Amino acid sequence: MTITKEAAGTALTLSLQGRLDTNTAPQLEAALKDALSGVTALTLDFEGLEYISSAGLRVLLSAQKVMKKQGTMVIRHVNPTIMEVFEVTGFSDFLTIE
Amino acid sequence: MKELTIEATLENIDAVTDFVNRELKVLRCPAWIQYQIDAAIDELFSNIARYAYHPATGPATVQVEVTGSPMAVVVTFMDHGVPYDPLTREDPALGLPLEEREEGGLGIFLVKKTMDDVSYEYRDGRNILRIKKQIG
Repeated sequence: MTITKEAAGTALTLSLQGRLDTNTAPQLEAALKDALSGVTALTLDFEGLEYISSAGLRVLLSAQKVMKKQGTMVIRHVNPTIMEVFEVTGFSDFLTIE
Repeated sequence: MKELTIEATLENIDAVTDFVNRELKVLRCPAWIQYQIDAAIDELFSNIARYAYHPATGPATVQVEVTGSPMAVVVTFMDHGVPYDPLTREDPALGLPLEEREEGGLGIFLVKKTMDDVSYEYRDGRNILRIKKQIG
């Protein structure tokens, strides 16, 4: 998976390409840990993401918990496979998906 | 039927995924179904890598088969590790507010939701977990 970062003031966009799974979830976790301080608007762009497994859901859950305290988190360009994962796990109840 | 025997480690998840994807490509499996199968492989093979031979490691065998009409692909995961039926695991609580959501237990639940059939048996000293997904 590759992660592209784009920061503008307190807004941060991370664009993900590839698979968010057991072996790549720690990469996103580390990127967020380094970058979230002071961010009030986080956007995760999933346009290049093929699928997500439970390891990826764990990282999104903790990111959402952090961002709820300090601003907003939006996920963009979610493909149908990933949308189904969000729906069956109930993640679509608390994630903001555009 | 195609078969791959490989050390059950997290590093080898990609090798297993590539092995299965090669077969899915031959079958002209639609991308979105392949992604679901790939995600299921991630859940199941990572479980074997983490728990089956813990704290050591050991081999796992992955088989890919195609069955009748409508065409379906069956992926079977076998290991000689500790007997464990992941299907007995209780489904996670889903309707909770964000703060109360816990991180565990989603993997096997997702496999059950996205595959058409998931079965487990322990036979001849082996854990045998089978997923089936219609692709035709």
